[in-house]
Amino acid sequence: MSAYKIEVENLNAWYDYKHILIDINMKIKERTVTAIMGPSGCGKTTFIRCLNRMHELVPKAKVSGKVIFNNLNIYDNNVDPTWIRRKIGMVFQKPNPFPMMSIYDNVAFGPKIHGIKKRSILDKIVKQSLEMAGLWEEVKDDLQKPASALSGGQQQRLCIARALALEPEVILMDEPTSHLDPISATKIEMLIRKLAENYTVVIVTHNMQQAARISDYVAFLYMGRLVEYGPTKEVFERPKNELTERYITGKIS
Amino acid sequence: MNELYNKFRSLKDKIMHILVYLALIIALIPLFSILFEVFIRGISAINLDFFIKPTPAVGEIGGIANAIQGTLITIGLASVIGVPIGIITGIFLSEYSENKLSTIIRLFNELLNGMPSIVIGLFAYVLIATVVGFSVIAASFALALIMIPIVSITTEEALKLVPASIREAAIALGMSRWKTVIFVALRTTKKTIITGILQAIARIAGESAPILVTMGYWKWWFAGLDRPVANLALDIFLFAKSPFENWIVLAWGSALILIIIILSINIVARIIMKERY
Ligand SMILES: Nc1ncnc2c1ncn2[C@@H]1O[C@H](COP(=O)(O)OP(=O)(O)OP(=O)(O)O)[C@@H](O)[C@H]1O
Ligand SMILES: [Mg+2]
Repeated sequence: MSAYKIEVENLNAWYDYKHILIDINMKIKERTVTAIMGPSGCGKTTFIRCLNRMHELVPKAKVSGKVIFNNLNIYDNNVDPTWIRRKIGMVFQKPNPFPMMSIYDNVAFGPKIHGIKKRSILDKIVKQSLEMAGLWEEVKDDLQKPASALSGGQQQRLCIARALALEPEVILMDEPTSHLDPISATKIEMLIRKLAENYTVVIVTHNMQQAARISDYVAFLYMGRLVEYGPTKEVFERPKNELTERYITGKIS
Repeated sequence: MNELYNKFRSLKDKIMHILVYLALIIALIPLFSILFEVFIRGISAINLDFFIKPTPAVGEIGGIANAIQGTLITIGLASVIGVPIGIITGIFLSEYSENKLSTIIRLFNELLNGMPSIVIGLFAYVLIATVVGFSVIAASFALALIMIPIVSITTEEALKLVPASIREAAIALGMSRWKTVIFVALRTTKKTIITGILQAIARIAGESAPILVTMGYWKWWFAGLDRPVANLALDIFLFAKSPFENWIVLAWGSALILIIIILSINIVARIIMKERY
């Protein structure tokens, strides 16, 4: 097995006739944090949605190329997209817990739907996932309260716990802190570093400092093309591409 | 000049306000006088016999127990038929919004919704009563046809209001589209849907025309789904047009009970809407 968790080969993506991602090649190492950066509208969200087959849910959306996950091309005909989405979890820009469910049910929901019925096992999964997401201490006495009663930052960590409950191998995050206050954002950043001990994390961020703080690798997208990709320190100190440099120095945003 | 104009405007404003309130009061007077009348007259009919005895023989003392039983059975069977069909139709309409079949179903829904209930009754009569005979089945079928558009339109609207972000959350957990609809979207919006169902039930509880056409009067207890049953709304008519004093009292009593039933359903619907879960 290669040391890469995900290998993107010649990935192209469209919305109807609009060509959004163009010939993207990228290898993502296991148990690292990779930050995806680039100006608004360059295709960051589209890119990570191609990694767990969410892109194809948009009517008329198209993909070509390969995304190889554990030596398996997720776009092969015989691959079940729902299985891929269990293995490659996703956290969205805006916290989106299930509003009519308790904190407990939000986390237990994924495992339940996929066939785990035993209460004691579910209890364990809920506890572990909430602990991993750094939320357990805050909610352990309120597990039956509605998820909507939590603060925005807590809701986002709940969404992370919900994704972890399925024991994914990769976690995709789309600007997970952009709707949060600085303190909640810091908590999530620390959590992401901790997650990288066990998971492969790909995170979209607009925030350069955040990328510098938490990522091992940085990818810079510009108008649908991958213009720079490498270890975070190298990219920030010696960007190879002029566009990257202008972006990092704030000349384009 | 400007000041004068402003004064004129505020005066006009006040007059309009008064007129609106006046119109409201005028509209409410008949409603409250009906409720008051029914309450005062109906309450005098209410005693133990009223609740435990069936329709009396001509001129004798009796109650509306069989009519309550019959109404509940008819509404129950109508709901068993109408609610699932309504919900499934609503799901289809929201999930395949653009589909040609959806356009046709929507047309049918509007048609059914606007159709006088006696015409729906006639339809059920031709389709079922002419085969099975005057029966609960025929009546419930007619009432189900009244429920279906109400339930399916509420379900469709409710599902469309479920935020896309909630559906995406479920899909990102590896849930299929149908599991997402059933376990997440329906669940997220179940309050609205239940309220729609209760409103549909309240609506059919008071229907009399389709009952008359498909079942007619029945003065006895329930005797099978292929036979008629008694019905509160029809009892009111039966009792009211009789020449006997004690029967007319029964009519008021039945009217009161019917109003209480419909009112309670509406109140329950409101309580459900307010609750968080
Ligand atoms: N559902 C859609 N249908 C059609 N076009 C879309 C859709 N979603 C995104 N696009 C277009 O695709 C391009 C890339 O969008 P994407 O959301 O991937 O950008 P992004 O880099 O995530 O931007 P941002 O930083 O603002 O989130 C944009 O031009 C956008 O207008
Ligand atoms: Mg985006």
